[in-house]
Amino acid sequence: MSVLTNNLDLFLRAFGQTLQLFAVSAVLSLVLGTLLAALRVSPVPVFRGVGTTYVTVVRNTPLTLVFVFFVFAYPLLDILKIEPYTAAVVSLSLYTAAFVCEVVRSGINTVPVGQAEASRALGLTFTQMLGSVVLPQALRSVVPPMTSTMIALLKNTTVASGFAVVQAGNIREQLADQGDNVLIGLLWVALGFVILVMPLTYVQQVFEKRWSVAR
Amino acid sequence: MSMVLFDVPGPKARVRHKIMAVVGIAAVAAALVYVVMRFIVTDQFTARRLDWINYKQIQLSLVEAIGNTLSAFVVGAVLALVFGAIFAAARLSDHGWVRAPAAVIVEIFRAIPLVIMMFFFYYGLPVAGVKLSAFTAVVISLMLYNGSVLAEIFRAGINSLPKGQSEAAYALGMRKTQVMTFVLLPQALRAMLPTIISQLVVLLKDTALGFLITFEELLRWGTRIGGDAVNFGRPMIPVMIVVALIYIGLCLLLSWLATYLEKRNRRNKKVIKRDDNKAEMLVLTGDAQG
Amino acid sequence: MRVRTLAAVLLTGALALTACGKEGSPTDQPAPAGLFEVAKDVKVDGSPTFEKIKARGELIVGVKEDQPGLGYKDPTTNKYSGFDIDIARLIAAKLGFDPETKIQFKTIQSAAREQALINGDVDYYVGTYTINAGRKEKVSFAGPYFVAGQDLLIKADNTSITGKETLKGKKVCSVTGSTPAKRIKEEKLTEDGNVLEFQGYSQCVTKLLNGEVDAVTTDDAILKGYAAAEEGKLKVVGKTFSSEPYGIGLPKDDKALRDKVNDVLQASLDDGSWQKIYDGTLGKSGSSAEKPKIDRY
Repeated sequence: MSVLTNNLDLFLRAFGQTLQLFAVSAVLSLVLGTLLAALRVSPVPVFRGVGTTYVTVVRNTPLTLVFVFFVFAYPLLDILKIEPYTAAVVSLSLYTAAFVCEVVRSGINTVPVGQAEASRALGLTFTQMLGSVVLPQALRSVVPPMTSTMIALLKNTTVASGFAVVQAGNIREQLADQGDNVLIGLLWVALGFVILVMPLTYVQQVFEKRWSVAR
Repeated sequence: MSMVLFDVPGPKARVRHKIMAVVGIAAVAAALVYVVMRFIVTDQFTARRLDWINYKQIQLSLVEAIGNTLSAFVVGAVLALVFGAIFAAARLSDHGWVRAPAAVIVEIFRAIPLVIMMFFFYYGLPVAGVKLSAFTAVVISLMLYNGSVLAEIFRAGINSLPKGQSEAAYALGMRKTQVMTFVLLPQALRAMLPTIISQLVVLLKDTALGFLITFEELLRWGTRIGGDAVNFGRPMIPVMIVVALIYIGLCLLLSWLATYLEKRNRRNKKVIKRDDNKAEMLVLTGDAQG
Repeated sequence: MRVRTLAAVLLTGALALTACGKEGSPTDQPAPAGLFEVAKDVKVDGSPTFEKIKARGELIVGVKEDQPGLGYKDPTTNKYSGFDIDIARLIAAKLGFDPETKIQFKTIQSAAREQALINGDVDYYVGTYTINAGRKEKVSFAGPYFVAGQDLLIKADNTSITGKETLKGKKVCSVTGSTPAKRIKEEKLTEDGNVLEFQGYSQCVTKLLNGEVDAVTTDDAILKGYAAAEEGKLKVVGKTFSSEPYGIGLPKDDKALRDKVNDVLQASLDDGSWQKIYDGTLGKSGSSAEKPKIDRY
């Protein structure tokens, strides 16, 4: 217990950084992932190809490798200098976007084609169809897996530990520097993540149950 | 490709699509040309920076690094499958005192980041006098996390089987263990094979997290050779491209195995049709770990 | 069938690749010859570590692999070289193990050094390991075998950094868990957010060459090795602001082995073999060094 109470400000600061890193990357990956999904369902084959290639490449690359690339390899190209924090945000966003894209795409695909056809037959415009018919139905199958993707993102922020970005994964180093008990410290960090993740898992299960009945 | 959002294109739309295709190709080509230009301008592909590939010792160390990554994967995968099977069975048990702790353990290990688990086993446990190698720490962490996800996949697979299967088995006078091992588990395993394999792809990628606890795997090899200033002038870019291609190749090989098994599976008439929704959800759910 | 064919193709490919590889190193250095005379019938009474080594038949020594001139592993030959490596070899020889065949070097990062010794992964550690009170609680030290000092590595054309007082507002890079990183933070030589920590110094040097950090800080010995490797692109400021006595890291409760290693070091300082090792490695950077005084505690 003393490991936690003596270093409370360290724990709070580190988890605060984790949440900040998570929030920024979550927003960026949601935007980018939705754009990618738009590419993947677009009627233009080239766009679909680009989307598919991106998703295939990124989903089969370890996140740690993406980090190594942006922290150690990208700067050699001398394009635009980025801080380690920015590099972490970019890596996490680009990586998670591929998963967001897949979730959104399969969500849209769960809506039966007849729904869109019926809307068009009723004379709804594209935006009306999207806004009042397709998306509300797609959302049901999107929210639970999207929550999981975001949980994964939250946990993945710890990968930044090896790349000079301060977050919950670095608490160990700080404790080791001070000669505190690393074992206990890491248990507290683990507990911290369980506390952060559990409510999200709960929300996800509630949605899953409620909406699986509706279909 | 289902076209939920768009109508079948008419003549005008087709022209528009063609224009967009040209613009799209041009944009992609421009981006690629720019990146390649940066590579060339900053001398990433000079003879010196590509020379490393010629050395026997470096090739051997690459093979060794791939070997380390693969052995962590194989050992981790086997352990995770065993862990998953045991905990899936426990979560389906009739006894509350077995079910509840199993559920808690599975939920907890799914909530803790793999990195933290690896730190715990590699840096934390020695404080209590338990010494683990980096390899062991990686493998145990992979087992706990992926095993927990697999337990959920197995459970979903068994739940998706028609009730008649277990009822018929019980009617034949089989005991609980027999029903599970001879009737439910084999069918669930076969039905969930693609899902299981895509979780194994995640496990393969996760071996790269061993980089953070100095496990000598493929990525660490890459940063070592890529950071070599003395011999090759820091060939980080070419080395990382090769490392990425190897990872992507290995993962695609595994995914290809999944599709192959799925196809073979489909030909097999013995498979029982099941409710696919839950399973698909789990694929998406478990997949995003890095 | 297709799987088997694929495996066969891959295997043949791998074999073909390895069969046509170049041997040797592009920067061939001659191996140090005849410096280490192997002692015979060595006994270290009451040392559990030594008993373990003898039962195993060879030494496992923790070193660094990314510090040219100190502890460097040539990826083209897999051979280790440098000042620390030669000190490790000297000790091995005096413990009765042939440094060419009976010593297995193992790369251990800074942050994992204590752990490696506590775990028993290595018998002793030679790798810019600063002796201090905190570490003495977890491991024990023989030596020091060298006294370095914290310094700054900057780009050759940088004139704004002239010493530790000029670091305010500059980005400084060092290694996670290392003494220099801690000192920069404790003495508030630059703002907290400006201290970057990575797993190895070579990663810091990459960042310095890219202009992403303004200085790399650690012991001058390490920095000089990098300055030499980068052919005039980098320079060391040359004002040390600490004294870093490098020790041989040993398991904590093995006083017998510690005394033995201290004897070996003392003998090498007296008979000139320490000087020979220095001249053959770090001395090549042009700087001379004072002999350390063994501290038996």
